Amino acid sequence: MSDQVTLSIDGVEVTVPKGTLVVDAAKRIGNDIPVFCYHPKMDPVGMCRMCLVRIGIPMFERGTGEPVLDEDGKQKYMFRGLQTGCTVQVSEGMVVESNTEVVEKARGDVIEFLLTSHPLDCPICDKGGECPLQNLTMRHGEGTSRFDFSDKLKGDKHVPLGDLIFLDRERCIQCARCTRFQAEVVDDPVIAFHNRGRRLEITTLSDPGFDSYWSGNTTDICPVGALTTSDFRFGARPWELKPSASICPHCPVGCNLTFSTRREAKAGGKQVIKRVMPRQNEAVNEIWICDKGRFAYHFVEDGERLQTPLIRKNGELVEASWDEALALVAEKLKAHKATAAGIAGDRLSNEDLYQFQALFREQLGNGNIDLAQRRLAGGDVVAQVGIAKGSNLLDLGAGDAILVVASDLHEEAPVWWLRVKQAAERGVTLVVVNPRETRLDAYAAHTLLYHPRKPLETVKQLVDTAKVELDGELDGLQAAAQALAEANNLVAFYGYEGLSYEETDSLARLLGNLLLMKKGDAVRAGQKNNGLVPVWPRNNTQGAWDVGLHPAYGPGYKKLAKAGLAAEGIYAGVAGGTVKALYVAGSDPIGDGLLAGRGNLEFLVVQELFLTATAQAADVVLPAQSWAEREGTYTSGERRVQRFYPSIAAVGQSRADWQILAQVTEQLGGEKVPFAASILFTQLAKKVAPYKGMDYRGLAKVEKQWPDVGGDDLYYGGNAYNNGSGLGVQWAAEAESKSLEAYKVSDVEANKGKGIQLVSAPALYRTGSLVDRSSVLAPRMAQPEISFHANDAQLLAVEDGDRISLRVNGQVLTATAHVNGQAQAGVAFLRGTAYQPTAVPQRIEKVSEKEA
Amino acid sequence: MYGARTLIAEKYAEEIKTILGRYPNSKSAILPLMHLAQNEYGFMSKEAMQEVADILGLDPTHVLSIAGFYTLFYEEPVGKYVLEICTDLACALRGGDEFLHMACDKLGVEPEGTTEDGMFSVKHVMCLGACDKAPMLQCNLKFEENLDEEKFDALIARLREEAASGKRAPTVVEKITSYAKDGE
Amino acid sequence: MEKHILLRHRDVENIHQLDVYLEHGGYEALKKCVTEYTPAEVIDIIKAANIRGRGGAGFPAGIKWSFIPKQAPVKYVVINADESETGTFKDRELLTFNPHQVIEGALIAAYAIGAETVYCYYRGEFMDIGYNCEQAVLDLRERGMLGDNIFGSEFSCEFHNHYGAGAYICGEETALLQSLEGNLGQPWSKPPFPAVEGLYSKPTVVNNVETLANVPPVIMNGAEWYTDMGTEKSPGVKVVCLSGHVKKPGNYEVIMGMSYRDLIYGEDYGGGMLGDRAFKAMLPSGGSGPVVTAEALDAPIAFEGLDAHGSLMGSASVIIMDETTDMVWAAMKMIEFFKHESCGKCTPCREGTFWMNKLLHRIYEGHGTAEDIKVLEDVAKQIKGKCLCALGEFAISPVLSTIAHFLDEYKAKVQVPA
Ligand SMILES: Cc1cc2nc3c(=O)[nH]c(=O)nc-3n(C[C@H](O)[C@H](O)[C@H](O)COP(=O)(O)O)c2cc1C
Ligand code: SF4
Ligand code: FES
Repeated sequence: MSDQVTLSIDGVEVTVPKGTLVVDAAKRIGNDIPVFCYHPKMDPVGMCRMCLVRIGIPMFERGTGEPVLDEDGKQKYMFRGLQTGCTVQVSEGMVVESNTEVVEKARGDVIEFLLTSHPLDCPICDKGGECPLQNLTMRHGEGTSRFDFSDKLKGDKHVPLGDLIFLDRERCIQCARCTRFQAEVVDDPVIAFHNRGRRLEITTLSDPGFDSYWSGNTTDICPVGALTTSDFRFGARPWELKPSASICPHCPVGCNLTFSTRREAKAGGKQVIKRVMPRQNEAVNEIWICDKGRFAYHFVEDGERLQTPLIRKNGELVEASWDEALALVAEKLKAHKATAAGIAGDRLSNEDLYQFQALFREQLGNGNIDLAQRRLAGGDVVAQVGIAKGSNLLDLGAGDAILVVASDLHEEAPVWWLRVKQAAERGVTLVVVNPRETRLDAYAAHTLLYHPRKPLETVKQLVDTAKVELDGELDGLQAAAQALAEANNLVAFYGYEGLSYEETDSLARLLGNLLLMKKGDAVRAGQKNNGLVPVWPRNNTQGAWDVGLHPAYGPGYKKLAKAGLAAEGIYAGVAGGTVKALYVAGSDPIGDGLLAGRGNLEFLVVQELFLTATAQAADVVLPAQSWAEREGTYTSGERRVQRFYPSIAAVGQSRADWQILAQVTEQLGGEKVPFAASILFTQLAKKVAPYKGMDYRGLAKVEKQWPDVGGDDLYYGGNAYNNGSGLGVQWAAEAESKSLEAYKVSDVEANKGKGIQLVSAPALYRTGSLVDRSSVLAPRMAQPEISFHANDAQLLAVEDGDRISLRVNGQVLTATAHVNGQAQAGVAFLRGTAYQPTAVPQRIEKVSEKEA
Repeated sequence: MYGARTLIAEKYAEEIKTILGRYPNSKSAILPLMHLAQNEYGFMSKEAMQEVADILGLDPTHVLSIAGFYTLFYEEPVGKYVLEICTDLACALRGGDEFLHMACDKLGVEPEGTTEDGMFSVKHVMCLGACDKAPMLQCNLKFEENLDEEKFDALIARLREEAASGKRAPTVVEKITSYAKDGE
Repeated sequence: MEKHILLRHRDVENIHQLDVYLEHGGYEALKKCVTEYTPAEVIDIIKAANIRGRGGAGFPAGIKWSFIPKQAPVKYVVINADESETGTFKDRELLTFNPHQVIEGALIAAYAIGAETVYCYYRGEFMDIGYNCEQAVLDLRERGMLGDNIFGSEFSCEFHNHYGAGAYICGEETALLQSLEGNLGQPWSKPPFPAVEGLYSKPTVVNNVETLANVPPVIMNGAEWYTDMGTEKSPGVKVVCLSGHVKKPGNYEVIMGMSYRDLIYGEDYGGGMLGDRAFKAMLPSGGSGPVVTAEALDAPIAFEGLDAHGSLMGSASVIIMDETTDMVWAAMKMIEFFKHESCGKCTPCREGTFWMNKLLHRIYEGHGTAEDIKVLEDVAKQIKGKCLCALGEFAISPVLSTIAHFLDEYKAKVQVPA
């Protein structure tokens, strides 16, 4: 029996997959049956009754199965009065009436009911202009209301559900989209209905209020203006807003964003960002983003942004012209060609990073460039066995498996957490391997713990066990290994929690070998919906690898005959005096405690948004544009190259990083500065093999996506979701075109140091030079915490809840102690601190408050 | 998290264990536990909600939601004795409304109000399934039926006495909960 | 000699005690089922007897049981003891004084569908009548008549009492199941029906207390004995809750088909109108069934009995109103009930009951206009056929039926618009 069903809606035939709901089937043929409570990403509940239609089922004789015919020999149908199109699944031969008088009347009736309690304050409502209720009222509602206005139930209008979300109780139409989203989609049931009947209202008792990384999404799916974000409320009227596409710069997921901007007098008539919303990309973030992506952007408009170049003159950093500054930088670099080095941040764009390495390799003839800090290795492995082009986590289901190792996705890459969780709910076998419990464990079929002292042992066992067939009684690890071996498709995420950089390299190779195993007679790696996904520490670490911002690799993973200095070498050289000139772009090694100070440098140039600690030590400071002011591309952990666009004017005299670097290059005798990022990208694409043939036009391509959200239709339209600016392009891993040898895994000697192994546990809202500047997120920042195993706590005389200060190789940290079973013996997890401990066990001693 | 108190968890450890044993899913025990908590604290305070949430491993928001949905849970403090007087149609046809007002006048409170001494709260409620014995009320869930002014006075007197004596009879909730003792 | 089939406690003292119940043939029916009949045979008997649901809808219990998928590993029987319909108090009496008959019926249902757990869901306000049932369960367990291998058979079953917390909607079967799962007591949109996806998403039979009380006698005496009583469409006996303006309100067990007149005026029944005042109107099914007037008095008490009068027997909570009753006030009382009990999940009921309540108050208090009556009627019609569950649909009958029969009383209350 086929899994397609053919039915007719208002006489129009449509064939859709079994299980499709009537409203969705109608949408497929452009028939917008109005809905309020229904949302295509959630189970239907049939509450609001807006989608009422008449549905007929063909009648057949009991015995014979012959169709029952009416007088004039036509098929007879059984109708059951009005039914909700959002809850009824299509069936063969079904007829749906959605344009009859009865249905029109019903819609008008429901709208009238909804309006009896609605304040009708559209003129001052944030949703006004993009409000489904408003639109549907125009379309189906009566001009006048018979409901006596004095009878309206008054409700509180500005209820803060938390720091980020406000509720207007009068506007709420009780569709339960928000509560269902929190419960079903993200499993944070921290808002709920209170009371009943007409007094039904949304409340929370969580502490802090509306305690969820996902709260902002409820304001998108709210079909009225009841839920609004604290930073947008009354900020602007939707029709004044201009959408402009962007990419989230906070993690390797690469969520697609839309900025809503507006020209404002107080900004001198310039465009100002009023809000950030998700932009639909079903292969990346679907229609969701986390609250960090939505609320952290405020650093862009921070008053402390650098306005002009600065040059140190008799000890002081003073304003200077670009010409003066660029000339000085060029001159100094020329003077120190061989002894110059470069440190870049992996939040910079591909164009920036490409230009950075070109400047060094081509003009200075020196490859002393690296990222400020590398936490996760294996970019070369990812290039070979990374998740295959055309993969989509949405396509994984029963029979497939996902492996997550050494990463707390909920904190590091929230949207991946969400999509993996939902995959598990669709039947994917989830295996989680971490040094402690994480929020993903609840959905996992198998969870394994490793001890940070020997993190690879467990993974190695897992991979080896997957290679042999087992039966009979299986222990946890064996069962997990078998599940991975038997899976139809296998995606493996890997991170670095509790691992040294060297260990992450071995981890990548171990997992690489897992993926190079055969499933049936074909190797997994290279096949759609199979492969490795690195949980990079930053949004564009992948791009840095791709374009060759690496001491040992040139653009496109060309292994260099002679590697340049890596970060550690560079920092040592700065201190030791072998590195004389240092170029820092988009990172703050001094502030992050990676570099002690300018040491014996003769010249330090810093390219930044803010006057960071490193910038304060510089001879020249060059003001860079934020990603919202310029264009460029980032490459996600799934190797999707995605474009972001300029949406507001540059701050002060700031310039795009790539542009600054190109201008320095030109002064050093290099090519003329390309007059647009697009041109630079096309050059880059020629040098970076995997990007071959890519250009900005291609990256901007879009195609119709399902569900069809965000249009100005009366279905589930109304939110700035629709993607008109590009779905990006995923590049093919090597395994897709050639077969690969298994990796040799160097046996990293697990460090034998004494003392407690400090492991930093990630936090989504951790302090950082950018996030710190979002006042809305400030109250949500993770506070310094450290959790011990009971035994270790005893040795250190620490009690659960104590506020303690610790000395960890020199550094003194103050944090709240937890003894809550999270930590294994000999391990302590550090959360919410800027300090990044090394992977070597530490002697930890408690110090008195005043010493701290 | 709020300071996790688990007073009923200690006081009724055995009963709660039995009650939880009745369901494949602990969430199902939320109503029995909320009845217990309210019986203990007099009303569904935020702390009481948190306590139930902690026992069942739920977000306190869910307990708040349930407390708001059902009429038998009080989110505001109420009197020692809650008199729920039925004024629904069937009772009203036999003097339910008049009885309510008589009761309120006697106690000097408005419907839904509580006496100054915090002794009595009077609520008017929908059908309690005793229409043939109207006028009637429930006092802390105990049926009092075929009432009139005299019987009402007697009831109030009895309750005041009980309160004064300091030793009170087991409540309906306590009596029902006691059946959960010998771990089914 | 016993006169009652359901209200047996009126004939046999202390039948709520296990020993007394056993002395009088208690649990013979269950024993017979588990030792002599296959589950299928039990279902056939109940089907043949055509025991129709006493919760109001009148759906044949046997057919409902037969919907339960045989192969499903886990199934449940849930006794609906939420009894919150205005004017209903029959289940309360059965559970207080004759609990074993209900439990026995439920266990037979469990055997018939292959369930190993029975839950009895009482409205929270019934905690004060739960003692006998709680004791009954403990006694049964002690005697080994509950738990594993009942009567030495393969059949094992548990029984648990559960108390709600005040919500009429939790009588609606899907809302009841939600409430029992610890969720908000709001109904879900059917399908799925409980027989397919019920409690904890497992196949579940939800039956009314009285429905199940009918089961043991039918098993003992056979389907024919049962169908010989009552009307063709409504066999057997019915406990009727009589309240309002009658001399002797209370529960009466009547054979289906007896007239409402006899119920109200019969010496062994209502004993006539209170103060011998004149009869004005009757609500045959609490607030949920349309009001009828004197012309319906000779209609038979049966599921189909009031079809001709546009009303229904429902759960047979008969509320009698005499000549002194203000019908606008009565309608207002009923709408207050529905407004108060609407769960709020679906729009027409949530908003419609709120709106009708406002209009009725305005009209009753004399601030209304002729237009308000018109709007009131429109709103009721506007709710019709659009609600997620039947509560909203019930809520319109007090308005439409009082307007139909007593329009002049409404008119008298509204000032003529200038
Ligand atoms: C609003 C509403 C309230 C109800 N209340 C009850 C009730 O209190 N008791 C009951 O047995 N059935 C009640 N029902 C009917 C139940 O949904 C269900 O049909 C019944 O319990 C099935 O049992 P039966 O077939 O034995 O009658 C109610 C239905 C609705 C829509
Ligand atoms: S009809 Fe009323 S009670 Fe039923 S679902 Fe709708 S709101 Fe709830
Ligand atoms: S009931 Fe179908 S969209 Fe709300």
